[in-house]
Amino acid sequence: MNAVLLLIYNAVLNGTPLLFGTVGEVLTEKSGNLNLGVEGMMYMGGALGLGGAFYYEMLAGQNASGLLAVLLAILCAFLGGAFGALIYSFITITLRANQNVTGLALSIFGTGAGQFIGEYMRTTSGGYVAISNQLKAAFMTSPLPAALQNIPVLGPLLFQYNVFVYLGVIIAVLMGFYLRKSRSGLYLRAVGESPATADSAGINVTRYKYLATILGGGISAIGGMVYIMTIAGCVWNHEGLSGEGWLAVALVIFCLWRPISAIFGSVLFGALMILYLRLQLPFIPDQIYKILPYVVTVIVLIFTSMRNSKDKQPPASLGLAYFREER
Amino acid sequence: MNEQKTPLIRLAKRDSMEPWKVWCIRGSSFLAAILLGGLIFLLMGNNPIAAYGTIISGSLGKNTAIRQTVKLAIPLLGTALAIAPCFKMRFWNIGAEGQITAGALAASYFALFWYDKMPPLLLLTVMCVSGAIAGGLWALIPAFFKAKWNTNETLFTLMMNYIIIGIVKWLQGGPWEGRPGSQIIPMFDSAAVLPKVFGVHCGWIIVLVMTVLMYIYMRYSKQGYEIAVIGESENTARYAGMNVGRIIMRTMFLSGGICGIVGFIVASGANGTLYDGVAAGVGFTAITVAWLAQLNPFAMIGISGLLAVLEKGADTLQTRMAVPASISDIITGIFLFCMLGCEFFINYQMIFRGKHKEVA
Amino acid sequence: MESVHAIELRHITKRFGKVVANDSIDLTLDRGEILSLLGENGSGKTTLMNMLSGIYFPDEGEILVGGKPVSIRSPKDAFDHGIGMIHQHFKLVNVFTAAENIALGLPGSGRLDRKAIAAKVREISDRYGFGIDPNKKVYDMSVSEKQTVEIVKVLYRGADILILDEPTAVLTPQETDRLFRILRTMREDGKAIVIITHKLHEVMALSDKVAVLRKGKYIGTVKTSETSPQALTDMMVGHSVTLNIDRPLPVDPTPRLEVQGLTCLDAEGVKKLDGVSFTAMGGEILGIAGIAGSGQRELLEAIAGLYPVAEGSILYSPDGKPPVNLVGKPPMEIKKAGVAMAFVPEDRLGMGLVGGMGMTGNMMLRSWRKGKGVFVNRKDPNALALEVKERLEVVTPSVEFPVRRLSGGNVQKVLVGREIASSPTVLMSAYAVRGLDINTSYTIYNLMTEQKMKGVAVIYVGEDLDVLLELCDRILVLCGGQVSGVVDARSVTKEEVGLLMTRVGGGKEDAIHE
Repeated sequence: MNAVLLLIYNAVLNGTPLLFGTVGEVLTEKSGNLNLGVEGMMYMGGALGLGGAFYYEMLAGQNASGLLAVLLAILCAFLGGAFGALIYSFITITLRANQNVTGLALSIFGTGAGQFIGEYMRTTSGGYVAISNQLKAAFMTSPLPAALQNIPVLGPLLFQYNVFVYLGVIIAVLMGFYLRKSRSGLYLRAVGESPATADSAGINVTRYKYLATILGGGISAIGGMVYIMTIAGCVWNHEGLSGEGWLAVALVIFCLWRPISAIFGSVLFGALMILYLRLQLPFIPDQIYKILPYVVTVIVLIFTSMRNSKDKQPPASLGLAYFREER
Repeated sequence: MNEQKTPLIRLAKRDSMEPWKVWCIRGSSFLAAILLGGLIFLLMGNNPIAAYGTIISGSLGKNTAIRQTVKLAIPLLGTALAIAPCFKMRFWNIGAEGQITAGALAASYFALFWYDKMPPLLLLTVMCVSGAIAGGLWALIPAFFKAKWNTNETLFTLMMNYIIIGIVKWLQGGPWEGRPGSQIIPMFDSAAVLPKVFGVHCGWIIVLVMTVLMYIYMRYSKQGYEIAVIGESENTARYAGMNVGRIIMRTMFLSGGICGIVGFIVASGANGTLYDGVAAGVGFTAITVAWLAQLNPFAMIGISGLLAVLEKGADTLQTRMAVPASISDIITGIFLFCMLGCEFFINYQMIFRGKHKEVA
Repeated sequence: MESVHAIELRHITKRFGKVVANDSIDLTLDRGEILSLLGENGSGKTTLMNMLSGIYFPDEGEILVGGKPVSIRSPKDAFDHGIGMIHQHFKLVNVFTAAENIALGLPGSGRLDRKAIAAKVREISDRYGFGIDPNKKVYDMSVSEKQTVEIVKVLYRGADILILDEPTAVLTPQETDRLFRILRTMREDGKAIVIITHKLHEVMALSDKVAVLRKGKYIGTVKTSETSPQALTDMMVGHSVTLNIDRPLPVDPTPRLEVQGLTCLDAEGVKKLDGVSFTAMGGEILGIAGIAGSGQRELLEAIAGLYPVAEGSILYSPDGKPPVNLVGKPPMEIKKAGVAMAFVPEDRLGMGLVGGMGMTGNMMLRSWRKGKGVFVNRKDPNALALEVKERLEVVTPSVEFPVRRLSGGNVQKVLVGREIASSPTVLMSAYAVRGLDINTSYTIYNLMTEQKMKGVAVIYVGEDLDVLLELCDRILVLCGGQVSGVVDARSVTKEEVGLLMTRVGGGKEDAIHE
């Protein structure tokens, strides 16, 4: 593989956890909920996903199936994130508390819970949570036939990724279609733009907000699992995971709340995250490279507010609680 | 017959509530949080009463423990104070984390490179002032764009956190690195370390003084009045001849400045050095402190104290009962959830089917 | 039982906190008729209809649709019973197209068939002659277009009971005529229509029956053919109104404010004011008439320094000093020079008052910067608050009680009282009596006249032509951001002013926004 291919390959790999985090948060924000707890949910997803695969292998022993382990990891991660998002939803939608503050509380709770579970697994299983190489392969290597993978240039460029890369792209594309082309997607966007309008049109605002936030939280959490099971190499690594959730929040802005753009955005962010390894310039230190995604997001934020285009704005009621009888 | 078809529960906004009822609700939410936390201990196979006992004794049992707890409460309280004016203005500054880091960075510069060029008192003063200015300037950037183009401040301030933390990481492994390869900035000279009063660095005096000052500022000053008006309605503020953009920038500078002072206190008093985790999540936790205190500086003392007790207590829990210390974040989260949720019962009343009495 | 009514309300009561918005209301509506729901602002018309459309739920009472008791818990329930409401504030999603807005909330296949929806929208549009483009985004639409989308939305759902909340408030006369034609066609179709309004001539022109509410109570229902505007007014206000506003002749009018060629653009670059010129005299009341959104707000804000001026000048002549141009001066300086503004927006609190503060805090809005030092002076504003409370009979538990929780009339008294207390030389007021009962309105009229006799140049923006004609000395008529005439209020007729208000029609529709 030449340097450019390797860069692209690694950018995609590093962008994938972000892609899940972002697409989930896009769904959440489209319902008008600004859930700043993505970081917490990704922690919970990471820890629970790892736990799912780990305990499954402990139970199944030699006969553990890679496919089942992957599915279980996805399920556990999803449930972890969905649980966090459920708490958030109850407090902000039903109890109408401030979304920013509740999201931050979820971040504190979720990072604590993820870290706790990770630590707990480590101590109870004798100091090291390890997964057999056979299972690791199910998480970290491409599910596609070798014939495809071995095509020159196209193989490494398109077919050598782990299963989550393809899953992430599929979810993002489906989400894009859902939001743009489906009836229910239109209703969801109406809830996020103007809940009073949606309500008066007979759309169940509360249900849409709950469903979108919980589903979104679950999808975001899968991102945390993907980080732990691919980039971190199937061990609990809270330092590596830290910051992924906030980057995902940044990426939501960067892609202007469009899931399809999030695919490209995540690759770009992934590239910025690893550029320091691949493209070392003597005058730019590694750590400065690493802040580029945030700088780029800030610039996007500034430009969208300056241009003030009506189509490229956050959902109009983002961050606001809805109470029908408000006077 | 219509009666049966009315919804089971309806909501209405409450006009006002007697103070004792308010405190009953807050008290029961506190109790609920303790019970939920106890449930978690139970699930982990620990005796909840013993666990809570350990938290209390571990954080308040001995003088040394109390000192540790106070040390944890200082930055929380200071940062919550900083956030109060912004939130009063409905400017969602969630960049305290970065503003603390920026302040710590500027203070560290003087601690590292000027410690032998001026007397200790002057050095500490310069560190404090430079920390305040750096924090203030870091906060001013998003405020400027908010004032000019109404750029979303929640997301902007959030991004600013990671930019400054990245810069500190770079300094840590680069220009300011101590022993080559260590990735650590050397400890400050003793001249650059805050002196201790009653066994805790004197930062606690600074934040307590700031608490009183912030209370007076918000309640009695002209600027406090401007902030309150803008928080209610920007149109009204403009109508009253206030320069909204300028006030936003000024308030953010103040807020960032206080965060910067907190950064100075933490770097100089608690850590004696600078590292990328200098803010350690305080910026986020303090937001919840400020909000739960309903922006009242004196209430913030209590809440930041409570969270500090939890955190210190959880440390002891780890050493004595082998429970991972991250339990403190979980319990903190539960407390925050319960206390955030309970405000609902204060602001709204539920009307149950068939009755017209308020039940809440 | 007699014939089945389309809708029957029995003893409907709704409270908001301590305020009783609707007090045991009975009402019936039949198919093939247009019912006007008449009442002053704040009489509970909108609240009552919101309970039919599922926005509010009644505290007490019964709703019968087609003779059967029903429970309308949400707008969806309302649609299921064939009830559709067109709100005064449009419920539209700005970033959606007309078709997308219309399709909102409808059952149907999972995939959104935009073409099919657009086709059906066109069909309805053609049947009634609406002429809307299904693919136009709402943020590109004029007020009238938005209202049309709302109506089509309701028809699309097959509603046969339509409720329109003050539909003409934002329309030009031509648009109003068109709307009425459409409503009459619908009546022929057998639909039942309620129109909420406080404009008597519309009631007379359009409806079959009139139901009157006053202060949350049901007064009665009469056939339009058997009543007169005078009788309706009596029902509406409780006693017969002869607008006998005391109007002394101006004493020694001197030019105070000379506006020349004032042009203002909004953020989108649309002309809100177009070459406006006039002179306001000290010692007289200059009325400003015009349909809603003709530039009244922008004009006042421009003078107060709150709205950017693109062109023109505003010359202000203080006593014995040469005139100064106010354009480009900061609002505070203009205020200090003696120009006061009391603008009552729709929500009453949005501008000029701080809802969460008490009267004292609100008095401070004018004085907070006074005095040296960093602390605010609370003593003087507190004294002023007590004085205003006393003088204008503001009903409040204490001057520290948040004004948000006061009733509308008291809120306005606080606002107007404060502006007058600053002893201005130019007093601008807009919609000062919006939503007030008759007595309080007179208190305000008298205050204006009192100021005029003190030599203040009073500028009064009003909605009610009768009041303008009896209160003011001269009337400036705005239309589409332009001055269509300045007339002598003592000699002009209502019809003449009405004509001026609509003089610049047709091609100028674009300039009229919410």
